[in-house]
Amino acid sequence: MTRKKAKKQRALERIKNFHEVSSGFSEDEAIAEAGRCLQCKHSPCVKGCPAEIEIPAFIKAIKERRFEDAIFVINKSNNLAAVCGRVCPQEDQCEKFCVLAKKGNPISIGYLERFAADRSASHDRAGKQPANQEMLLEKVAVIGAGPAGLTCAADLARQGYRVTVFEGLHEPGGVLIYGIPEFRLPKEIVRREIESIKKLGIDIRLNYVIGKIKTIDQLRSEGFRAFFISTGAGLPLFMGIEGENLNGVYSANEFLSRVNLMKAYKFPEYDTPIHAGKNVAVIGGGNVAVDAARSALRLGAEKVWIVYRRTEVEMPARAEEVEHAKEEGVAFQLLSSPVKILGDERGSVRKLVCRLNRLGEPDDRGRRRPVPIENSFLELDVDTVIVAIGSASNPLLLETMEGLKLGAHGTIEADDSGRTNLEGVFAGGDIVTGSATIIAAMGAGKKGARAIHQFLHGSEKITSLQKS
Amino acid sequence: MHKIIQKKPLGQDIYLLEFEAADIALAAGAGQFVMLRIDENGERFPLTLYDFDKTRGTVSVVCQAVGKSTRKLCSLNAGDAVRDMAGPLGHAVETRLIGKIIIIGGGVGTAEAFPIARAMQRSGNDVTVIIGARSRNLVISEQEMRAFCSKVIVVTDDGSCGRKGLVTDVLRELMDSERYDLVYAIGPAIMMKKVSEMTLPRAVKTMVSLNSIMIDGTGMCGGCRIIYGGKSRFVCVDGPEFDGHKVDFDDMMRRGAQYRRQEKQSLESYEHQCRISGQQETK
Repeated sequence: MTRKKAKKQRALERIKNFHEVSSGFSEDEAIAEAGRCLQCKHSPCVKGCPAEIEIPAFIKAIKERRFEDAIFVINKSNNLAAVCGRVCPQEDQCEKFCVLAKKGNPISIGYLERFAADRSASHDRAGKQPANQEMLLEKVAVIGAGPAGLTCAADLARQGYRVTVFEGLHEPGGVLIYGIPEFRLPKEIVRREIESIKKLGIDIRLNYVIGKIKTIDQLRSEGFRAFFISTGAGLPLFMGIEGENLNGVYSANEFLSRVNLMKAYKFPEYDTPIHAGKNVAVIGGGNVAVDAARSALRLGAEKVWIVYRRTEVEMPARAEEVEHAKEEGVAFQLLSSPVKILGDERGSVRKLVCRLNRLGEPDDRGRRRPVPIENSFLELDVDTVIVAIGSASNPLLLETMEGLKLGAHGTIEADDSGRTNLEGVFAGGDIVTGSATIIAAMGAGKKGARAIHQFLHGSEKITSLQKS
Repeated sequence: MHKIIQKKPLGQDIYLLEFEAADIALAAGAGQFVMLRIDENGERFPLTLYDFDKTRGTVSVVCQAVGKSTRKLCSLNAGDAVRDMAGPLGHAVETRLIGKIIIIGGGVGTAEAFPIARAMQRSGNDVTVIIGARSRNLVISEQEMRAFCSKVIVVTDDGSCGRKGLVTDVLRELMDSERYDLVYAIGPAIMMKKVSEMTLPRAVKTMVSLNSIMIDGTGMCGGCRIIYGGKSRFVCVDGPEFDGHKVDFDDMMRRGAQYRRQEKQSLESYEHQCRISGQQETK
């Protein structure tokens, strides 16, 4: 039997709306796919899961139609199942280690996870959570309600800690809310998952920018005993080329925040405007670039290019999303590096000028480097340029934390467990690693929770959290 | 939710709004701003703090009804609330003994100049305030300024209040007669540009407080970026206070106008709704 594929909206149809691309597995499809699982004793798939989900166990539950058990198994280690089932790069994680992957036919673990989460929600079981341990008295502060922070908070709350999450924006979720578009991750689903996390007894304070309204030291004097910093990589990078301040040039963060967080695609019903553009160039090769490009199409762009300096092989974006983008008509202008943006007399973008590259030797991460081809250039007639080349670390909190050891790129230096050089201060997610994936951030959140528990309670109870 | 405790008209379509915001008030300093979102469908927009009362636990902003969001805000009354307020954001003005200072407030920017002027005066500086406006009904904060500052000069475009002319006319005269250590200008971009151009050849240090388009106000979107000394800077995290001699005002003004068409559309649809619902805007 081959791997089941979930139904998708047709490309020409879906670029006219912001609805989800894939409708996921039906019950029958899920059970059939779960039936393919070999239930390997050594569970190689679990090794590929930063959230440490007992994958064979939840798949077995689906196969046996014990759907509530399935989500219960997942929730024990992951409170964002509906999110992970949709946006994790499973092909590089659990599914990569699936025994069946050797024949190019791994179990669709992601779609099964999504099925388990969605089915439970549609049957109003979202509130069911594994029970808390005994109440502990310590107050823990989590700074930033993105994937790392929410995961850390959930694990700590489940352990019995009194957790407050401080979020700077008006809605919790971090990149899940402001970054990932509706058609890939409906906001309704994110809200549902966060609601279920709140039921663990977590207090989420919105519009609360730690570093500005209060410092870590102030929180300490209010009785918080440990801190998990998960503020993300929130400071967009620009290329530093001529014309980057022209009207019509966006950071991907701004473009996507306008669309997702502020719902600019519903302007003027929603107040935030966006300059959608007819011809759009998106610079970069990651998931964020692909999200921006596909959002631009849905806002009515006639032509959208992804401009990337290497080739498709080196693109960090998920293969599935690149495939979706191609189906939808996004053009890939590969081996091209922008050198300047030209404007018209009103100061709006009219052209993107690129230099062409060829591939050279591999860099330290094994990806072949782009090498400029002398005197080569290419011009794209565009009215919008979206810069999606990553983010640096946000300075707001860090500049108020004297003595905190920072890395070369302004990220926090933390060990594998999330421990920083300051007593009681832990960190994880993009603020430590620089721009990475949601699941990596969630993994860091789990490790951070474990380290905080060890810090507050020594080794006595550590085993219970490791198992949970 | 942040409740409005008090609403006070200051001029034509200009209101002072005092909000319950205890934690923000405790942390606030002169020159900082808050990000507001009025309701679920609202946009996020920055307003500089006019005042903050740490004991009452309130912050005040001054808002001029211009576009949809500012009109909506000005239509609220005491007892109403805004959905979201985040702050205090940006760096507070560093107040220390500098010497002789001219503080210029243009239009609604005068409200933003007020806490800075007061803080500078309290730090022992010799402060002269210039208040500029188009006409009498747009002159604000004059009495509040006079309460602590003996040298307040009002100038209007049409001469309906104080002197007739521009703030730069007054600035030139002051600088011709005496040497000043600092000029601080807050108001329309064009005014801050003209002030900076006037002080540059005289080598008088000039600070401006910028107000550009922002989504989050915390460094995340980069929409507020300006060109500063040839480099890119974010108004929200690097500012809002900058050395006026290094700001590329033309670039900033162009970027500030980039949504003019949509702003007009938004306002028209708002006015249309107001007419349909028969709702009267507070005058």
